[in-house]
Amino acid sequence: MIIDHPLLGPRDSSEFTYLGDAKLIERPDPDAETATRDFYEYAYLRDNPAGWHEELWFHEAGDRSWLVVTRNTLTHEISKVEMARDVARGKGRSK
Amino acid sequence: MHDLQTITALGGATPRVDVFNHITITENDGVALASVAARLGREAACRKVLKKLLGAVPETGRAVLHDPEAGFCMGPDQWMLGAPRVSHELIADQLKTLFGDNASVTEQSGAWVCFDITGAAMRDMCERLCAVPIRQMVAGDVRRTVIHQLGCFVIRRTADDHVRIFGPRASAATLHHALMTAAASIA
Repeated sequence: MIIDHPLLGPRDSSEFTYLGDAKLIERPDPDAETATRDFYEYAYLRDNPAGWHEELWFHEAGDRSWLVVTRNTLTHEISKVEMARDVARGKGRSK
Repeated sequence: MHDLQTITALGGATPRVDVFNHITITENDGVALASVAARLGREAACRKVLKKLLGAVPETGRAVLHDPEAGFCMGPDQWMLGAPRVSHELIADQLKTLFGDNASVTEQSGAWVCFDITGAAMRDMCERLCAVPIRQMVAGDVRRTVIHQLGCFVIRRTADDHVRIFGPRASAATLHHALMTAAASIA
């Protein structure tokens, strides 16, 4: 499997480590009324789709950047690769 | 006053040099390093200081082989800067004065060991060590890769048969063992 790194170009997936669902970027607000429930869901509950899935990959043997990879879990086809920091900032994080 | 003798990463009083017919592996004890990471919202100001210091900002996968300070890109808004140790032993302090609040500067001299590999068989040796496209790389190209399970930087230097490897200093002997094994395997 080849991951097309947005900065470095196509790299073998053996250079990366897998973290899982990219929803981990959306950390709940600890001050919310429902924080206990929110963090329970954030930490433990995951969808496990057979099909397209946005997931976090770490380029450990490369530039050590975090990526959001949109991958089809049935075919391993990859449709989109983005820098995780760009995704996070797009969601209003890191301000 | 204490009279202390510095030792190299491999533990010697002088840097180790291993000479084969086709390759020379030199422990390079003379590089001082510091990393520079632009702070959030200060990226443009940080690049401005870098440009003034090096003449150009190192782009992704590239080094600027400037004298005395040189630098290469480690990732988005992150760079490693190096300079001769004799003149820049306190490089992190010197850089912090220049960058101020625009960047976080961390001293890295104690974290890395530097090996210079030169010789006709440099490319053959590099291919046995790691998965970088060494034959396509030109002077100033930098890749972070894994050698012998160690995260390393591989830098193609100006001379056509010269590659520089930065690896974790605490594993200097392990990395050296890997280099020696690769050199012997292509003899």
